[in-house]
Amino acid sequence: MGGTVAVLGHHLTIYRRVWRGSVFTSFLVPVLFLLGMGISVGGYVDERQGPLGVPYLDFIAPGLLMSTALQVAVSEAMWPVFDGFAWSRRYEVMRTAPVRTRDILLGHVAFVQLRALIAVAGFLLVMTLFGAVHSALAPLALPVGVLVGCATSIPIFGYSAHVKSENMFAVVMRFGVIPMTLFAGVFFEVGAMPPAARALAYVSPLWHGVELARGATLGVDTAWSWPLHVGYLLLWIAVGWPLALRQFTRRLDT
Amino acid sequence: MVTTALALPRAARRIDEGLRRSLAVTGRNATLARHLGYWWLLASGFFEPLLYLLSIGFGVGALVGELPLPDGRTVPYAEFVAPAMLASSAMNGAIAESTMNLFAKMKHMRLYDAVLATPVTPVEVAVGELIWATVRGGMYCAAFLVIMVAMGLTTVWGALLAFPATLLVCFAFGGAGMLLATFMKGWQDFDYLMAAQFALFLFSGTFAPVDSFPTVARWLMELTPLYHGVELVRAATTGTFQWVLLWHLAYLVALLVVTLRFAGRRMGGLLLK
Amino acid sequence: MSLIEAQGLVKRFGDFTAVDGIDVRVEAGEAFGFLGPNGAGKSSTMRMVGCVSPPTDGQLRIFGMDPVRDGPAIRSRLGVCPQQDSLDLELTCLENLTVYARYFGIPRKVARERARELLDFVQLGDRADSPVEPLSGGMKRRLVIARALINEPEIVLLDEPTTGLDPQARHLVWERLFRLKQRGVTLVLTTHYMDEAEQLCDRLVVMDAGKIVAEDAPRALIERYSTREVVELRFGLDGLDTYADKLAGVGERLEVLPDRILLYAADGDDAVAQVHGRGLTPSSVLVRRSTLEDVFLHLTGRTLVD
Repeated sequence: MGGTVAVLGHHLTIYRRVWRGSVFTSFLVPVLFLLGMGISVGGYVDERQGPLGVPYLDFIAPGLLMSTALQVAVSEAMWPVFDGFAWSRRYEVMRTAPVRTRDILLGHVAFVQLRALIAVAGFLLVMTLFGAVHSALAPLALPVGVLVGCATSIPIFGYSAHVKSENMFAVVMRFGVIPMTLFAGVFFEVGAMPPAARALAYVSPLWHGVELARGATLGVDTAWSWPLHVGYLLLWIAVGWPLALRQFTRRLDT
Repeated sequence: MVTTALALPRAARRIDEGLRRSLAVTGRNATLARHLGYWWLLASGFFEPLLYLLSIGFGVGALVGELPLPDGRTVPYAEFVAPAMLASSAMNGAIAESTMNLFAKMKHMRLYDAVLATPVTPVEVAVGELIWATVRGGMYCAAFLVIMVAMGLTTVWGALLAFPATLLVCFAFGGAGMLLATFMKGWQDFDYLMAAQFALFLFSGTFAPVDSFPTVARWLMELTPLYHGVELVRAATTGTFQWVLLWHLAYLVALLVVTLRFAGRRMGGLLLK
Repeated sequence: MSLIEAQGLVKRFGDFTAVDGIDVRVEAGEAFGFLGPNGAGKSSTMRMVGCVSPPTDGQLRIFGMDPVRDGPAIRSRLGVCPQQDSLDLELTCLENLTVYARYFGIPRKVARERARELLDFVQLGDRADSPVEPLSGGMKRRLVIARALINEPEIVLLDEPTTGLDPQARHLVWERLFRLKQRGVTLVLTTHYMDEAEQLCDRLVVMDAGKIVAEDAPRALIERYSTREVVELRFGLDGLDTYADKLAGVGERLEVLPDRILLYAADGDDAVAQVHGRGLTPSSVLVRRSTLEDVFLHLTGRTLVD
């Protein structure tokens, strides 16, 4: 436990020096999305009184909230992890002290979730100011954001420890993060897609997070019962953790 | 070669040699691309705008319905948004290639120190880099246009007209990106660039006509470069020809010429110290 | 009891054997060196001793403990200075030390005091609050050494401590390491520089292709495997072998390198006189003292410089 805390402290100490740029992007991007899509495109959508049942801004806001958690968590689990092994060799240095490999992994995972939580909290505040929050359950979106962050970033920790070149991260963005953001129910309901695409959306962790978050901020029912959504996200964590730990062990203990 | 050189007037010969040396810079990039095996990654880049088109054009399109064009016709949302996706992916590609690469090469690889030890001048390096950025961007754009034709979002003639328009967007933003690269101090600055690019992506009449925004916001948007690129490409793919297109065209050409001039000068200042 | 004891220590990575059954003993207070070219197995050995790489076979005891089972306990008493300067470039010199101190459970206040003392010790006291990024290579290496000392280790492991540094920076590092040794800290280092091994090590092993080919004090190794002096003769590049035939019997031993001939002799000037006496006129003649390089050449038939 002490080792994990020391690792977390290490990452926080560095973050204290470099936080400005990250706040800028992880905060400003969703605000721009809310303005550009929610309000301007939303104007046309709401005119037609479509199938959503709620204003378009309110519909996409919780979706963007979760895709923010996804983006922050996954990108923090890519380049910085690669850096720890290949460039700064930070992990190797940690390993020379009496901390275990699992402490190194867990401490960094905890830091990444903290980053995701900060981004989600900031965004939730902006949503509230935009008037897109309609339920007292809204604060529950915070733990859901962390859950999405864990489910998506923990397997990526393993991936980042495995790859030999940072060019491989573009693959994660192109085949994972971007398709999820576009098709996992953030901008329109997955029911509007053909069955095959819908099945893929159900597989993606983001859709489950979006359903939960929409339930929290709008007070509407989730697609499936909420424990199923939570359970599915936990499954990603349960599978991802041993994979990540194995890759870390392979890199640090051979 | 020799006879040609003698027959040509001096100035033309200089341009000819300059272009040849610029192409040598382009050639270096192409060789590197072959070697690094990043073609696969390059190919996967085609999917990204396609995914956006499917998601926003059709998914969100089903919610939006039809939108008006400048000439008063209304078109399905996918037809409205596809050319805008194309223009902004041309912008993104050009900026990524010019700004990031140029910065990495100048700051970290110190590559140009070696190139500039040869008779190649900084402006020629700039032009060479720009040609490469445009070759790459042009391939993406062509593929995207083929998809648009296949989906019935534009006609073959519309696509053929739009292609040079996308190349102009690539060139103009490539020049701007290069100029920006000479001002970049560290990788943190790229966060700001990304945010700026993203703002352009959302607020250039991409997803909704600029008239849907408040008047002041609309004026601001009409000043930004991507707006002109979007309007130009959209006019081509939807066949909406109006005199105002000449203004968009002039804006982008001016952007290209001005940024390239300054970029070459600044690179010279940075490299030939 | 020896601080480090290895018997038949082996490290394999797949089919590749990096360390091939070595026996090593390091006693408290000594400075012990692993000398060898790149790829000899020095770093793999160091990583096993540092308890971050489990041995494939053989016995390894550090402070009498098992590195696999008691890794954390052993590491808390070790200081490690890795080959690459793996520092947090975003942080200040002081922060680099205090952040690392937390891994040993050292309380913040103690860590800060100790970090300041150590920065003074490596002559970076005035840089405590400035970032690491702009420091010179020598300064960074000294900072890494200071970091390795934050837990007041009994053994300090140094993997090629001066590789890549300029001569002045190297001497400064050597001088600080010598002070550490005087304080009673046990030093274990790897190097491919003979002068470093001669300067710092009380005892060393010469490694080649995963095996130990010799072990002793530097001077003793030179005496055992080489002569007091060496004469380097150059004759142009062709026909060195025919010159070698003509030189037979001069000195104790002779070695033909691609570009020159080495004559091993107790008295170099006497050997040179004999060369001239045989009517040979080398284009250049150099008489020098024997070094570990000659020992290494003798043991492996190759030069150390790679």
